[in-house]
Amino acid sequence: MSLEKYEAVIGLEVHAQLMTASKMFCCCPNRYGSLPNTNICPVCTGQPGSLPVINKKAMELGVRAAIALSCEVHPESIFARKNYFYPDLPKGYQISQYERPYSTHGHIVVQLKTGEEKRIGITRIHFEEDAGKSNHESYGTLVNLNRAGVPLIEIVSEPDMRNAHEAGQYLRALHSILRYADICDGNMEEGNFRCDANISVRLRGADKFGTRVELKNINSFKFVEKAIEYEIQRQVFAVESGEKIIQQTRSWNSAKNITEVMREKEEAHDYRYFPEPDLPKLVFSLAWLDQIKKEMPELPQETSIRFKKSFELSDYDASVLTGSKELANYFESVVSHSKNGKASANWVMNELLGRLNAANKEVESSPVTAIQLADLICKIDSGEISGKIAKTVFEEMFATSKDASSIIKEKGFIQISDPIALESAICKVIENNPSQFAEYKAGKVKLLGFFVGQAMKETQGQANPALLNELVKKILDR
Amino acid sequence: MEFGTQTIWDLLSGYQKKQFKPSEVISGYLKNISERDEKLNSFLQVRPEETLAKARALDAKLDAAQNLPLFGIPVAIKDNFLVQGWQATAGSKVLSGYVSPYTATSVQRLEEMGAIIIGKVNCDEFAMGSSNENSAFGPVRNPWDLERVPGGSSGGSSAAVAAGLATVSLGTDTGGSIRQPASLCGLVGLKPSYGRVSRYGIVAYASSLDQVGPFSRTVWDSARVLEVMAGFDNKDATSSKHPVPRYTEELKSNTKRSFTLGVSRAWLEGVDLDVAKSFEAALEVFKQMGGKIVDIDLPHTKYALSTYYLIAPSEASSNLARYDGVHYGYRTQSAKSSEELYSRSRGEGIGREVKLRIMLGTYALSAGYYDAFYLKANQIRRKIQEDFEKAFTQCDFVVTPTSPSTAFKLGEKTDDPLKMYLSDIFTLPVNLAGLPGLSVSCGLDSKKLPIGFQLIGKPFGERELFIAAHQYEQIRGEFPLSSMAKGKG
Repeated sequence: MSLEKYEAVIGLEVHAQLMTASKMFCCCPNRYGSLPNTNICPVCTGQPGSLPVINKKAMELGVRAAIALSCEVHPESIFARKNYFYPDLPKGYQISQYERPYSTHGHIVVQLKTGEEKRIGITRIHFEEDAGKSNHESYGTLVNLNRAGVPLIEIVSEPDMRNAHEAGQYLRALHSILRYADICDGNMEEGNFRCDANISVRLRGADKFGTRVELKNINSFKFVEKAIEYEIQRQVFAVESGEKIIQQTRSWNSAKNITEVMREKEEAHDYRYFPEPDLPKLVFSLAWLDQIKKEMPELPQETSIRFKKSFELSDYDASVLTGSKELANYFESVVSHSKNGKASANWVMNELLGRLNAANKEVESSPVTAIQLADLICKIDSGEISGKIAKTVFEEMFATSKDASSIIKEKGFIQISDPIALESAICKVIENNPSQFAEYKAGKVKLLGFFVGQAMKETQGQANPALLNELVKKILDR
Repeated sequence: MEFGTQTIWDLLSGYQKKQFKPSEVISGYLKNISERDEKLNSFLQVRPEETLAKARALDAKLDAAQNLPLFGIPVAIKDNFLVQGWQATAGSKVLSGYVSPYTATSVQRLEEMGAIIIGKVNCDEFAMGSSNENSAFGPVRNPWDLERVPGGSSGGSSAAVAAGLATVSLGTDTGGSIRQPASLCGLVGLKPSYGRVSRYGIVAYASSLDQVGPFSRTVWDSARVLEVMAGFDNKDATSSKHPVPRYTEELKSNTKRSFTLGVSRAWLEGVDLDVAKSFEAALEVFKQMGGKIVDIDLPHTKYALSTYYLIAPSEASSNLARYDGVHYGYRTQSAKSSEELYSRSRGEGIGREVKLRIMLGTYALSAGYYDAFYLKANQIRRKIQEDFEKAFTQCDFVVTPTSPSTAFKLGEKTDDPLKMYLSDIFTLPVNLAGLPGLSVSCGLDSKKLPIGFQLIGKPFGERELFIAAHQYEQIRGEFPLSSMAKGKG
């Protein structure tokens, strides 16, 4: 089969929950994990006569998202009703935006593994309220309305992505931006950041789109690329074997690693959108928009540029360290205490991230705090311990959450910078290795490294490496 | 002492003079209900003990009666309002047994100012109808003639006041549902400007048209109820921040004002002869008060009926989607799937006229029809608004008969929806334009049935409406009581 003959056309729709204290149209708390049906009121349970009132904070976060995604914000937009019946949709309609969303025409630039950058267009962002949750049990379906009315933004991309990697990178960049700007906590397990993909395939160079399939609820970064990859292959196989692609909605089955049909086009809803008559036009004053612009938190790209400049980091280092807001904050905290950008970057990226990954932990739950790590770096810089010892100390810190000082004290790891102590160790090494000493003296100066290594071993690695180096040479050459 | 025919004004002055106590008044009205309502079927729920307990609590505060503008006033509430602890059926089987978990803002404001809820009253199902024959709990009869309808959809609200079972009542008006029954029962009925009174806690029919308003015997009473319940509500985003005048203060002045009344002759064709005569006589009264009558042109009002019957059903089809048997209200016994739960609960719980409008609205909003129906209707709606805006450059009010005929017989129009819809021909455009409209009785026809005169005002021009109608009322004199109110039911 010739996958290379084809290209995929992918557009993503992301639903991001806004980090507000209360719901979109009522005062109920926007909180995950409460007892079922405790964060509810007449409005979000759709009691007769109840009316929606707009949550201003949700509007602010939505506008912030639009600015972060370089979108146009419209001073006037309209809420609309999307009508459909579902047990966890108590009003029989969802308040959303349709013909006139509050924001359109944005983009983000993503880094590809080829080293290139790609600009992905954003068609629109609109506000909508979340539905409740149906729990299907053996004896029936239970409806929990705690989530009903929680504020969301839906971010619709242009069909600009051509393979699963691009889609994955777009999603990661979006996730990072929304988390950076305190818009959405990005928690995919709790469903606070959800993604649907529209996928079609066509012969490379064709200008018409193929029939698209909607892939629903790809709710983990792990699955995104896999699911899209699978769906592209499925479509190419189908086309190659002369089948027609059917317009349908599919979902990713992560147990079987395949996509499965959810519903065919004929079952598609006619949502009968119309302007929400219970809400006036949504109007943003220019002064308010300006204020939000002024108060915008720093975005990942801006942080990355600042890191590169202030700490002389490479593009790669800066992009890794700004991968999440928490990581960037951690790094910044390390630097501000250690005053050593390059070393901080290396320690965070190589030692800390490596260990966190191995332990399947996020930086937020790192057993070593930024200040502890900075303290360790300071001890290297001041010559108290060697870099090598530091790695051992760090391992211990990671395992026990103890401070470097107490570990160093416990294990007697203090670096030996006393020339007399070092000299006696070096002399002992020379005594034990007379033939090598002879060879050295005969001109095999390469053996210097051997003596340094042995002397380091003799001091159990605690020798100040620079000083040791210097002394070994001096003594050998005497 | 007999109670039932008093106005708010009468009761308040009686309380101040300590001629009677709230508990005596409430007992009197409750007695009227138990004696007369069997024939009318206007009340769907009364809770005598609780109501009397509230009245007795007020007895103790009789000295402070003047501090509360509705102290001890018995008010009947249409059953599409939510009042905590009371049922709210909106006249539908699908909401039978539904108990309100909260109280509508309008009702809460009345209660805070001393009003006592005497009961919840019947109405057309989900406020859809012009005769109160669409209630799942049976039709209401007109206290002027028990063979006839009281009008609708707030037929229980109008019949209760006209029969002396409540001093005033609240209704809702989406296309005439306050003004038409007020007219058919010889009362004052006000549909305030859109946004004047909070809609929070009224069962929505058509959100962009619904308004809450009072039924009363006099204009002063109407003004009193409106001044208590009007004004911005942070629970209703469509309620207005426009300031609320003390309307009753405005009625104190003895200086007569003269107004220019606009009449669109083309619009008035097809009105019953008695109604037309009475309307012309009322115009004469306004002339006597120094007023002028001018001809105006409202070229788009002829499209009001078709416009209304696209917009209102469209909104209704969405507003009524929540009555699905899942969360509350009527649920079918025989569903085997969730699809069936929906279709059967709705099929069994919702009545014929409401189904008709849901289907009409669903169709009008469907993909491919939206532009031709819903969107077009909203463009015409704008044209109708502009017609009124233009008319108001020439006159203070647009005036019409409230309804083209007086109370008709039960069953007379039930077979022909269009004929029924035509009884709201003068009231529908007012809702489409968001304007205030007031119906005041202007005479009796040859069968001794009341006729109503409608004044349509500028946006938030309720103050002027009250002043003009109040002056007219002074000259007209006290309006006759229904036979039932006179205790001869």
